[in-house]
Amino acid sequence: MKIKYMLMRNFLFSFMCFGLVFSSAGLFAAEVQQDDPDPVIETPLEDLDEKEFDPGEKAIGHIVDANAFHIGGNLFFHLPVMLFVPNEGWTLLRSTRQFKPETYGDGTIAINRFVLNHGTVYRVIDNSFPDGRVDIDGFTKRDAENRCGEIVPTIFVKYGGQEYQVEWKSTIDGCFFGGSITSYYDFSITKNVFSMLLVFGFLTWMFLVVAKAYRKRDGKAPKGFQNFMETIIVFIQDDVAKPFLGKKYDRFLPFLLCIFFFILALNLFGLIPFFPGSANVTGNLTVTMVLALFTFFTVNFVGNKHYWEHIFWMPGIPAPIKLILTPVEFIGLFIKPFTLMLRLSASITAGHIVMVAFVSLIFIFGDSGANLQGSIMGAVMAFPLTLFMMGIELIIALVQAFVFTILTASYLGAATEEAHH
Amino acid sequence: MIFLAEFTVFRPDPGLVIWTSIIFFTFLLIIGKFAFKPIVTALKRREHDIQNALDAAKIARAEMENLKEENEELLAKAREERTLIIKEAKEARDYMISEAKKKAKEEAAVIVQNARNDIENQKIAAIKELKNEVAGMAVDIAGKVIKRELSSDQSQKEYVNKLIDDIKLN
Repeated sequence: MKIKYMLMRNFLFSFMCFGLVFSSAGLFAAEVQQDDPDPVIETPLEDLDEKEFDPGEKAIGHIVDANAFHIGGNLFFHLPVMLFVPNEGWTLLRSTRQFKPETYGDGTIAINRFVLNHGTVYRVIDNSFPDGRVDIDGFTKRDAENRCGEIVPTIFVKYGGQEYQVEWKSTIDGCFFGGSITSYYDFSITKNVFSMLLVFGFLTWMFLVVAKAYRKRDGKAPKGFQNFMETIIVFIQDDVAKPFLGKKYDRFLPFLLCIFFFILALNLFGLIPFFPGSANVTGNLTVTMVLALFTFFTVNFVGNKHYWEHIFWMPGIPAPIKLILTPVEFIGLFIKPFTLMLRLSASITAGHIVMVAFVSLIFIFGDSGANLQGSIMGAVMAFPLTLFMMGIELIIALVQAFVFTILTASYLGAATEEAHH
Repeated sequence: MIFLAEFTVFRPDPGLVIWTSIIFFTFLLIIGKFAFKPIVTALKRREHDIQNALDAAKIARAEMENLKEENEELLAKAREERTLIIKEAKEARDYMISEAKKKAKEEAAVIVQNARNDIENQKIAAIKELKNEVAGMAVDIAGKVIKRELSSDQSQKEYVNKLIDDIKLN
């Protein structure tokens, strides 16, 4: 038994090291290629100095969702595109390759006013821009006023000697998070959706295999991989479900396990520093929002009389205080899933940013690859820092999945608790 | 500024909402129903089985304890009985031996007595016979002596001696 555990520890450790080496190598390769002079797309005239390495931009480029999956350098994994414009209908493309990207995933044609910039699809705002497929002359970026009335760096499409402003990536936040409500909706299989589908497939396969082992070895002691998964399942059962849900734990345990393994797998998948991992899925507020909404609806759907009574008319408390308490409790209904959503996405996004920032040290010290000694210095510094962060991130991946699950369990427990006074 | 411009991570994306919902809901349906439910049921059943086995072991152990006590009691009883039996056997043996000795002595005495009586009888018979023989011989000798009185004393004496010599006491 001891030997088995040691082997597993060794395996995990070597896996981490392996990942780190690749993460540094991958980014390094990507960066070196980026520094090559670009023959196709003209560098914008009054733009920010493109030659200078910008770790902030790099980090954001890494964490945001995109329509094409960046593998490294000019290499992209192209994904299907499904765009919807109200009153105008759908624009369906087999893949982002139809934008004919040449460098950096920048498309060279526009399709129905849609363009591809850095692997992400945007829509030209101006109505005078022609529909259908037209060749464009590249992109430029400069400050401009967006729909929310803010002056921000904005992408412009060069076409026919004119520059056309593009909209944000599709969003519905109404300027609340700096976006707006876009005139189009992007229902594409994006990088995040692709990652989720992969994780979904992997988990489905894995758990069906484990479930089969349970069926086959019914009444026998667990063995091998089944045993490994069982330790985690039993951990969730005994330390999360039972303390909060008591005797009814088996009713919600499948839901808790689904949430836990889905988040954990996506967290860990995001830590794999190369394709098809590395996507910042659980760090995306939209994804965590949906997960939090699942918790929200489950909790309020199963909530019993006792639970609603405690929210709207807390028993055993004077009426004037009830008047104060009821709004607080009611807001609490929504704050609970809201914090679930924020906690998970913030911690995972932060982890991804820090990781990219540490690897970026290599390029900051190396003057974007111009200074070899500096690069080596940066690498020497970045390696232990990234290694350390990778370790922390592994813990965070586990802890955040665990916290999301245990809080869900506690909300469910509160909602299904029987009156005891 | 760059955060406002491109930080789309924290902006709700309608496409992602729909896809995440679909994927997670399908995951919940498939995995929840076909993997986690059977796994949880199996775990529960196994827990139950283990508890049952432990309980059964406890009962068996208690029974064993009882049996052991009973056995010890039985053993002690048997030991006692054995001692008793041995004691009885010893007594019986001693009694039998002494009885046998007594009887043997008596019988031996009877046999010796009989032998003595026999010897006495034989002796008496032998003496009687001897007496008869001697008497016969004496008469015989006397007869012969009388027959020879006619000759000299000398010859008489010689004859008598010769007769006496002839008598072989056999």
